[in-house]
Parts: sequence; C-alpha cells; structure tokens
Amino acid sequence: MKKATAILATVVILALILTLFGGMVQAKERIYIPLISKGFQHQFWQAVKLGAEKAAKEFDVDITFEGPESESQVDKQIDMLQAALSKKPKAIALAALDSKAVIPLLEQAKAAGIPVIGFDSGVDSDIPVTTAATNNVAAAALAADKMAELIGYQGEVAVIVHDQTSRTGIDRRDGFVNRIKQKYPKIKIVDIQYGGGDHLKSTDLAKAIIMAHPNLKGFFGANEGSAIGVINAVTEMNMKGKIVVIGYDSGKQQIAAIRSGLMAGAITQNPIGIGYEAVKAAVMAIKGQKLPKVIDTGFFWYDKTNIDSPQIKPLLYD
Amino acid sequence: MESRPVTVKDKAILEDRAKDKAVLRRSLFRSDATQKILAFASLIVMFVVFSLASPNFAKFNNIIGILLATAVNGVLAVGVTFVIITGGIDLSVGTVMTFASVMTGVFITFWKLPIIIGVLGGVAAGALCGFINGSITAKMKIPPFIATLGMMMIAKGLSLVISGTRPIYFIDTPVFSKIAMGSVLGIPNAVLVFFGAAIIASLILTKTVLGRYTFALGSNEEAARLSGINVDAWKIAIYTLGGIFSGLAGVMMASRLNSAQPALGQGYELEAIAAVVIGGTSLSGGEGTILGTVIGAFIMSVLTNGLRILSIPQEWQTVVIGVIVIAAVYADIIRRRGQ
Repeated sequence: MKKATAILATVVILALILTLFGGMVQAKERIYIPLISKGFQHQFWQAVKLGAEKAAKEFDVDITFEGPESESQVDKQIDMLQAALSKKPKAIALAALDSKAVIPLLEQAKAAGIPVIGFDSGVDSDIPVTTAATNNVAAAALAADKMAELIGYQGEVAVIVHDQTSRTGIDRRDGFVNRIKQKYPKIKIVDIQYGGGDHLKSTDLAKAIIMAHPNLKGFFGANEGSAIGVINAVTEMNMKGKIVVIGYDSGKQQIAAIRSGLMAGAITQNPIGIGYEAVKAAVMAIKGQKLPKVIDTGFFWYDKTNIDSPQIKPLLYD
Repeated sequence: MESRPVTVKDKAILEDRAKDKAVLRRSLFRSDATQKILAFASLIVMFVVFSLASPNFAKFNNIIGILLATAVNGVLAVGVTFVIITGGIDLSVGTVMTFASVMTGVFITFWKLPIIIGVLGGVAAGALCGFINGSITAKMKIPPFIATLGMMMIAKGLSLVISGTRPIYFIDTPVFSKIAMGSVLGIPNAVLVFFGAAIIASLILTKTVLGRYTFALGSNEEAARLSGINVDAWKIAIYTLGGIFSGLAGVMMASRLNSAQPALGQGYELEAIAAVVIGGTSLSGGEGTILGTVIGAFIMSVLTNGLRILSIPQEWQTVVIGVIVIAAVYADIIRRRGQ
C-alpha cells in the first residue's frame, strides 16, 4: 500500500508538470489554429506540418497539428476535432477522413462562428470557407501520360493503390485509369491492387502481379508506400530496366530509386504548400478576407533530369 | 452420473475443489477495493489537474466529448473483461465491432429493413462471431490468442467484402443516428447505453451462474471441469457474451458516425484490453471487475482528451499513455504482493 501511495504521488507530480506545461501554453493570448490532419507520422504529413509551421511563424499565430494513427480511424479524428473545438480556436483546419461523418461537428463550428478550412481533401459541405488541396485526378492523369510516353504507347501496365475507400485513393486510381482508357487504347491495365500504403504488403502484391504478367511493361504506385513496394518487387525479381516504374510523392527511397534509374519518375504534390496555404487561408478567414472555394496547391512531374532543380527540390522530402 | 466408491483420487479432487472454491471466494472478496480506489483516485487527480491546467477542459461540451469518446471503447472493454477473466483473450473485438456495424448497414440501408431489426441484427452478428470464437477455442482446442486472431482477420475481410469496401451511409434513415447521438438531459444516448451495458455486465458477472463460472474458469479451468462444470459450453457462452458487447459497440459506432466504416477497427482491441488491465483485471484470469474496466476506459479517454486540450504534441501523448498503462499494471502487481 505504501508503494501504491508512492505511485499515486508520482502520478500527481507528473500531472503537476503537465499543469505547468499547460499553463505556459495557455498563458499566451495569441491566435490559435488547430490543424486536424489525416495522419501525422508519414513523411508526407510531416511535410504538411512543416509548411503549416512556416506559415504560423510568418503570420505570428499558434498552431497544433494532429491526426489519427491510421487513415481508417474516422472516429478518432472526430474525437480530435471535438477536443480542438473545445479549445475555442479562432479558426480550424481539417483534412477530413470521411467527409460526411464530420459534418455534425462542422455545424457546431459554424454555430460557434469558427471558420473551417479544408486541406488535402475536400468535405461534401458548404461549411469550409476554402480547401487547399492537390487535384489528384489531374495529377494521376499526368502520371498516365508519362507512362504512355515511356512505354511507347502500347503494352500491359499494372497499378498498386493505397486503398479503395479514401478520396485520394479513388481519385488517383480513376485519374490514371480513365486517362489510359480514353487516350491510349493500345495500353491495357491488367491489374489494380490495394496495399494499404504498406511497404511490405505492396511489395508482395507487386511481385505477384509481375509473376502473373510476364509481359508487363509499366507499373504505377499511387502513393509513397505503394511505389516503394513496386520498386522492391522490381529489384527482388531482377526486372530493373524491363519495367517502367512511376511513383507518387517522394521520400528517401523513391528519390534514390529515381536517381539510380530504377524508377522512371514520380508525381510530387506540394505538401509544404498544402500546410502553408491552409494556415494562411485560416488567418485570412479570421481577418474576414474573401477566399476562393478551392486553392490548388499544384503538382509536378519529376525525374532524374529535374530532381535537383530549384522548382522541384523544395517540394521533395526525405 | 453413476455412483461408485470414493477413491483416494476422488478425495484429492474433492480437496482440490474445496481449495479452489476458497481461492475463488477470496478472489471475489479481495475484489480489488484497493485497486479500484487507486484507479478512481488517479482518475480524479487527472481530472482536477487538467481542469486547473486549462479552463476549456471542465466545460460541459468537452466532458460530453470525453464521455462520447469513452462509450464505444468502454462497451468493447466491458465485453472483453469477461473473456479475460476466464484467462482467455479476444483480439477480434475491434474488427467484430466493424463487422457488426457493416451488417447493421446492410440490414438498414441495403435491405431497407426496420431500424430495430438492423440494430438487433448487428448485435446478433457480433454474438455469432463470439460464438464461433468460443467454439473454436473450446471444441477445437485452439488457444484463444490464435482463434481470435483468426477471427480478427476474418471479420476485417468480411466487412470489406460485404460493404464493397465503401462506407455504408445511413442517410435515408436519419433516426438511426439518434441511437447514439440523441440525448437525454444533454447526455448523449451512446453514453447512457454504455452505462446501461456496464451495469448489466456487472450484474451478470457478480450475480449469475455465468459470472461465477467466468471466475471459476479463470481461477482453475481443470478444477472447474472436475467439479462437473460443462467448461466447453460455458466458455462458448462467455465468448458469445463478449461478441454481443462487440456487436453493441458496432451499432453505437455506426450510429455515431452515421455510417458503417469497413476499414476501421484494427487496433481497437488493444485499447479495450488496455482499459481492462488498467482497471485491475488480471490477464492471467480469475479476477476482475466491470467497474474497474469502466474506470480504466475513462482513464484512457480523459488522458487522451486532456493532453489534446493542453496541446501536448501528439508524439508525446502516445508516450504518456504508454507510461500510464505500465504504471497502472505495476500498481496492481504491488497491491497483490502486499496481500
């Protein structure tokens, strides 16, 4: 029992430290904008966070950046949004996992006069004053154009996508597939599989696809994890140079693969820009300035030739 | 049963049985008063500290947020408490919850059945999964860790297959969202359902034969078998009961999100198990209380919410919660040693 008391005391002390910390946070009377993201541990989200922090510094506001551990945890995101609203922020930025599920809370925000900014992906609602996002359909269509060019406008290609439920997954898959179907009738998409963005799972999927389709000429990985899976499969099966690999986003492994020629090139979004524009838009909304309904944060094709160019380099993350 | 002369072996068994009963009684009596007080005290301390640290913590809306965040995990944790007390484990509660919510979506949105049928159907889907878990464990003698791990994957896969990998929305049946999000005196129904479920679970555990046998299986399964308890049947019943709670959690989750999210659920089993363990239920079986589990679930959600309100960086939130889980279990071990 003595020891139990000691533990209780430890908890109290720990709690007091937290209080101090909390007190410090509360002490500042500055504009506060919480960003509720879809995730926080992927490099992509870290880059978004970086952009948000850059804007926070520039406009002299406080931000927090939070997201659930996996992109399926719709309810966790709602809890985060709820907690963020409890803090009575001046504005809130949200990358919704399920745009319908968050609507009751967005209405709560609206009722409280808190402007909502969408980032990365939109919400099926009029409440967000603006959304800062990549046009994923157009970006994946660009990947399809590059693929067609690199394989000589004919042959078999396959696709690995991170998932079939999220907006980005659907948009990138459809953007790629529809462009191929419409513009390149001699190219056949032989398989589309979903690896959850998991490197290992995507690797296994890609290997199975390559085994099943010996004439495969091109492979598109629709996000970082999927693309790395494809690279791994091509390396493990000694197919380097025989299959044209196109990726999405960046990260150390993809960048290295492009430099070594294992990957032909990739589409990069502008994650830093997404975070930056979200916070900037929030600040403008607080000031009552007018904003466009959509802020296109842009996307680019990059390969060996322009990977170090001043236009591309700042958009890539390790 | 045929009568036969009492042998030495029988005597030994009888003695064993008496001993086990004594152990059982003791474990019921020392029913964790210390642990509960300690856990409850920690909860209060956390609450006070967070309230002092941020004026936004103890606001009505935030408290409601905490209660709502606890409801689903709480119901899952209450269900898995039974299984853990038997010395078993159920890793499938999270994805079975998802499966139940998808089935509710199928019944209500796809088949246009009345909402009540959808709700009962969802709970029944959970019960069925629990029944299968129990049967695999009891009849096929596959360890519960493996049996429920398999069920975790089966339920996850089936949820995706049945839903066509898309969320099923309850847009056409606005009443459905009231099941969790309607409120009585400002308290959301989901929270009331959670409390109701916890009270019923507590009564089952302490006042019924099922509850007594739950402890008996966890204390000494062999002794229970030798004293004539139909261990297999009761085990199946207990896993089915756990499944019913997962099913209920699934209905609550679907109602709260106004949609059945087929990709959700994995990882929730660990949070539920953490709540059970923080609440003083031993993973080796034989003891535990529902009240403890409820407090455990609240400790997790108060902590998560409080750290968020204080704007503690998310990476650190996870670290703090991990430390608390270990501290709570350590406190429990010390208490045991002290006895």
